[in-house]
Amino acid sequence: MLVLDQQAVKTLVLGVGNLLMADEGVGVRVVERLAADYHLPDDVQVLDGGTLGMDLLYYLEGIENLLLIDAVQAGKEPGALLKLEDNDVPSFLSMKISPHQIGIPDMLFAARLKNMYPSHVVLWGVQPALIEVSLELSDVVAPKVDTLVDKVVEQLEQWGHTIEAKSNHSSAN
Amino acid sequence: MRAVENALGIEIPNNARILRNLIEGIQYVQDHVIHFYHLHALDWVDIVSALDADPEATSKLAQSISDWPKSSADYFKTVKDTLAAYVNSGQLGPFANAYWGHPAYKLPPEANLMAVAHYLEALDWQRDIIRAHAVLGSKNPHLQTYLVGGMASPIDPTSQAAINADTIARLAGLFKKAKAFVDQVYLPDVLAVAPFYLEWGAIGGGLGNFLSYGDFPNADGENWLPSGYILGKDLSKVYPVDHEEIKEYVTHSWYEYDDETEGKHPWEGETRPKYTGPKPPYNFLLTDKKYTWMKAPRLAGHAMEVGPLARMLVAYASGHERVQAVVNSVLDTLGVGPEALFSTLGRTAARCIETVLVAEKLSEWTDELVASIASGDLKIHAGADAWNPENWPSEAKGWGHTEAPRGALGHWIHIKDKKIENYQAVVPSTWNSSPRDAKGTPGAYEAALIGTPIADPDMPLEVLRTIHSFDPCMACGVHLLDVEGQKITDVRLECANGFVSPLLKFRANGSKTNQDNDSNDSGSGSCSC
Repeated sequence: MLVLDQQAVKTLVLGVGNLLMADEGVGVRVVERLAADYHLPDDVQVLDGGTLGMDLLYYLEGIENLLLIDAVQAGKEPGALLKLEDNDVPSFLSMKISPHQIGIPDMLFAARLKNMYPSHVVLWGVQPALIEVSLELSDVVAPKVDTLVDKVVEQLEQWGHTIEAKSNHSSAN
Repeated sequence: MRAVENALGIEIPNNARILRNLIEGIQYVQDHVIHFYHLHALDWVDIVSALDADPEATSKLAQSISDWPKSSADYFKTVKDTLAAYVNSGQLGPFANAYWGHPAYKLPPEANLMAVAHYLEALDWQRDIIRAHAVLGSKNPHLQTYLVGGMASPIDPTSQAAINADTIARLAGLFKKAKAFVDQVYLPDVLAVAPFYLEWGAIGGGLGNFLSYGDFPNADGENWLPSGYILGKDLSKVYPVDHEEIKEYVTHSWYEYDDETEGKHPWEGETRPKYTGPKPPYNFLLTDKKYTWMKAPRLAGHAMEVGPLARMLVAYASGHERVQAVVNSVLDTLGVGPEALFSTLGRTAARCIETVLVAEKLSEWTDELVASIASGDLKIHAGADAWNPENWPSEAKGWGHTEAPRGALGHWIHIKDKKIENYQAVVPSTWNSSPRDAKGTPGAYEAALIGTPIADPDMPLEVLRTIHSFDPCMACGVHLLDVEGQKITDVRLECANGFVSPLLKFRANGSKTNQDNDSNDSGSGSCSC
């Protein structure tokens, strides 16, 4: 939806990545699971950012907290989880990179210059095991989706949101 | 969609034709502006130098080139202060490793500051005008509302849920705003920046072969931007396009054919991936063997450049009066001849010229839509009968073509026994980033990079300029890597959707790259790459 009516959105949960490229799509898988398993309050917006970059800029308008979820090349063991906060996020992105991250740093840069930069930025990432044409996550990364969803929920609660699991909540695929 | 319409002989209604032109036209205007300001401008504009600008002098400069109202000294001072706060915070982040201060940056600080201001304005502007897509029942990016046989957005002057008089009034307002920015900001900026970089009118020319399928059909069935191709920079002759002369080679691509010395027409096309490259991460690819996921398309045996420059040149050489008028006026303003078009600067200028022309057409197409509705014609679809497989022949082949903003896009379909027997797409970046073919002929990027002067091999800004001037597919980061002990031509590029230029060997150097991921093995593009 391009026409944005950001009604008092305080926190944006943004999963980015390319679903066609195996573990590259883990960020999107996490937000899909989050939206399926939890009731989220109106002031939390969950967004599948796909491979977009600058197009996502205006979703930052007026928000306080940005939670990014993405596959990151951190030089760690495949499946390793990683958390970065605030100023570490853009400089980290500058080193890494999957195709969409060309866009995400641009978006954060423009947000700075337009005084739209969120007060708090957190990135939860996972080291990919497999990046090639595939709709499935690798066996190493697939089980991390639940862990990442838990981390996202924890972070949202830390930011003062009340998050409730749906009654049919299940961590099975 | 056009491929299926072509295969099944479906004619779309006049309103659908106009709506498609409108949606595609807005796409051009938005895409081209974003390309210039957000993907290409920083190749020419030094953000850090803007901090030395005098806002007063910047204001004078801006007012000397345009009537655009946002041009006061106070305005530029605000932009400069915001930028200074950011740069001084040490949080340049992704931009900390950019090439600020590179000797190839030639603009004075004031022009840099003006460009930064317009970079930011373009963000708000594009956000606004792209609403036209939503107004027409579509969305952006990844356009919707197209159907085989027409469009899905109803036209009904009496319905609030359809395209009606209110919709058209909103569109007219958005188009006016679009045109104002293009005429008063984009074009003047290009004309103001170009004189500092005129030497780029002789760099990056490349193949000299240009292909346009033509697009934006008029009511009479002719395309507003004509179809044709040009060879060897010769504007005196435009050849007709026969799609049956298109063949794709895989001699240097990670696919297999039974006979790889021959190309295949897309109707007979095959996509049998067979990766034979080294296991990533790797340092070298053998460019005399297979080295990319891109196939090599050729038209009548010729490698082709596609995109705005190709469209403008084909139109110019075909005698398209409005294209000739705007192209000539830009050339006169810059004091250069048509030969300067065959260059990196020419590519960037042609994109701007095309935006000016399309922004004009938006209101003409709107008028056409109004006239059509006023005549009582509300039809937007050819009818669902054509969708019924019972009505299809047992076998049908079609080719659909369009000019996507970044160039010629063709789809080929073979329908047999009510099923898709084969489907192939040749996208713009496949033409431009093509590897060598069976005869060793390079593609457009490679040809354009040959002879590019590079001031500092550790910071090959000049290579970025030429590659970016093609508007490579958004998802394709240009990947720059150092070469051990070699200079100038020994710079290699890799793009995320698999393009690897055959320009020699490289050694990965994370500190200078935009990207550091050697394992991007995606297939050839499935978007309008």
